[in-house]
Amino acid sequence: MKQSVTLRRLTQFATVTAIALALVAVLAPVQAQDEISGEVNVMGFGTGDEIATERVDLFRETYPNVEVSFTEGALDEQQFLTAVASGTPPDAVYIDRALLSTYAVRGALQPLTQCIEDMGIDMSIFRQAAVEQVTINGEIYGIPDFWNNIYLMINTAAVEEAGLTLDDISTTDWDRLTELNEALTRIENGRVTRIGFDPKLPEFFPLWVRANGGQLLSDDGRTAMLNSPEAVEALEYAFSQHEPSGGRAEFMAFRDTWDFFGSNNQIVADQVGFWPMEQWYMNVLADVSPDAPIAFKAFTDREGNPISMATGSAWAIPTNSANYEGACALAATMTSTEAWIRAAQKRAELRAESGTINTGVSPANAEAEEIIFTEIVGPTGNEVFDQGIAVLREVQEAGFAIPANPAGNEFRQAWMDAVNRVLNGEQTAQEALDQAQAEAQAALDSAWSRQ
Amino acid sequence: MSTQSVLARLPFGRRATLQQREALAGIAFISPWIIGFFIFTAGPMVISLGLSLTEYDVLRPPTFIGLENYQRMLGDPRLMTSLYNSIYYALLHVPLSIIFALSLALILNNVGKAAGFFRTAFYLPSVTPAVAIGTLWLWLLNPRVGLINRGLEVFGIQGPGWTTDPNWIKPGIVLMSLWSVGSTVIIYLAALRNVPNDLYEAANIDGANGWQQFRHVTIPMISGAIFFTLIVNIISSLQIFTEVYTMYFGNQTNNAAASAGLFYNIYLFRQAFEFLNFGYASAMAWLLFVIIMILTFIQLRLSKRWVYYEGG
Repeated sequence: MKQSVTLRRLTQFATVTAIALALVAVLAPVQAQDEISGEVNVMGFGTGDEIATERVDLFRETYPNVEVSFTEGALDEQQFLTAVASGTPPDAVYIDRALLSTYAVRGALQPLTQCIEDMGIDMSIFRQAAVEQVTINGEIYGIPDFWNNIYLMINTAAVEEAGLTLDDISTTDWDRLTELNEALTRIENGRVTRIGFDPKLPEFFPLWVRANGGQLLSDDGRTAMLNSPEAVEALEYAFSQHEPSGGRAEFMAFRDTWDFFGSNNQIVADQVGFWPMEQWYMNVLADVSPDAPIAFKAFTDREGNPISMATGSAWAIPTNSANYEGACALAATMTSTEAWIRAAQKRAELRAESGTINTGVSPANAEAEEIIFTEIVGPTGNEVFDQGIAVLREVQEAGFAIPANPAGNEFRQAWMDAVNRVLNGEQTAQEALDQAQAEAQAALDSAWSRQ
Repeated sequence: MSTQSVLARLPFGRRATLQQREALAGIAFISPWIIGFFIFTAGPMVISLGLSLTEYDVLRPPTFIGLENYQRMLGDPRLMTSLYNSIYYALLHVPLSIIFALSLALILNNVGKAAGFFRTAFYLPSVTPAVAIGTLWLWLLNPRVGLINRGLEVFGIQGPGWTTDPNWIKPGIVLMSLWSVGSTVIIYLAALRNVPNDLYEAANIDGANGWQQFRHVTIPMISGAIFFTLIVNIISSLQIFTEVYTMYFGNQTNNAAASAGLFYNIYLFRQAFEFLNFGYASAMAWLLFVIIMILTFIQLRLSKRWVYYEGG
């Protein structure tokens, strides 16, 4: 009897304690939400689609005392610089992760250590390559937003016409890739009318280097590796892929005529065989030409492993932000699993209403991404795009990013200019990358020395 | 107290002479410009001279590094490329624009009643925003679908890769620049209208043919206007930026133009606003200033040999 009373009391105590703890857990954030108020002005973020607006709506509902406003459009670096230099920075900034460290090491952005702690942001649910891009000297300066990847987009009609199959299309064997390019290229009256394979230079040069076993920058972001043998060989090879089309100038003159965003795009018009492309273009194709003869495959390295160059932006808070708490709450909410799921659900609803294909959305929040692609993005009713989504899921796991470095723009410009000099016939790959190496290393040394 | 009476008593209560009063009135009238010049031109120039001796990224205080930025310029291959491109452009643009504008002005001077319409038509491109001009010409110059190559095709000529072949990028930009010679045309037209008719009559009586009249009457009489446009065009051609940036370096990045279209001011802009090297960009600005000063000085000296001023 005594034992049962004690047990009952213990049970009651445990229940009350559990309820109390639950209430504390529930009420604590509510209290914190009420405490956060004021204005939050954001630079660099556009609210042009449901993925943006739904997340902003969630923030406004969660933090009704915060008035958030946006300077629409991509980040204007001049505008941002001027605002920071004049002591009137925006409260939050949405910035390309590749550029974030440029501003962070110069003190224009502040570490989010306190923010992450206050808001209980679990950084382990984000893609680690994205987190590394926003981490400088062990401190996190941004919360990653998107996780955009690259894979092959293939004109199946051209493949079929050349007597090939989808299994033949691969970037693993570079000699074979050249043969595929030649087989798919079409020349009429001395002018190219179909590019067999577009290597997407200069922008995808880092992808080619990675495919060849190299990288452009050391993991610590301090040493440029632009003229490594892997990089030189990758550039020479990728550049050679313009030859079947009659050289770079002819190639570009033809490519410039494509109706890239239209219903008569290069797939529909049979103007390209296959090429690596960012994932957003799958959405374009799904919208404007859902019945185009298209297929998708992963871009593979020379070992046959899928690889992808991942890009995206991050939410950051400028130094002297007038509303650190508000900006922090915004960054936390916009990148939360709840926000991404809500946005993905809205997109699914809208696509269902309009009868268009829903290819999902790819956040750097891997937890949200998993839920989106397993629970929200179902079969589209179009086998081609279902296969595209499967490829997207595959390459999301294979994404790499250029490590954080404080010379972001200058470093990028050094290798871009080098590739362009090769494309334009001004230098050999070795000469161009030697020059780029010197320029990039000087920029890195200068930037790191003044942090 | 009226302005007149105030000026009459200046300075320091003494009655000023007429000359002093006129000088003070003149200064008073141009004082808005003088204030603007010191605040918006001279001030920033002095500051940029100081910044050129520093390492400065706007976000942190500048660090004095002496002449390092100037030394760095000597070993910067991209600076040399941009300088070469700007001089190349100036050498093509300046004479061609003068010849083209003068030709148009001569035609306009003789078209009679329709002159007003054509004057407006030729001047319109000058008031068109530079960004719009850049975008428009990117399409006009497109090697495959552009109107220019389509026009050449009519004559059986396969047009060059104006926007895709690095060898044709600068000639394409020069071609575009000739579209905006309206201001120069108006200046020449005004100068041509001021050439006294009796000079032509005298030349006619002396048996001069059309070319001889143009060479020995028209050119000397409008040489002042030609000299003015020469100086202005040299300066503006070395500072070309907006149209080319719009065409090749803004949202529509064109890789063929990465080196071929990298003009001095574009590289300067990138150093400042993209690479955050404001100290180096300031040093670049001063180098360009010195180059323009030298070229202008040379032109001024040479002008004594060929520019004719009626008054002296």
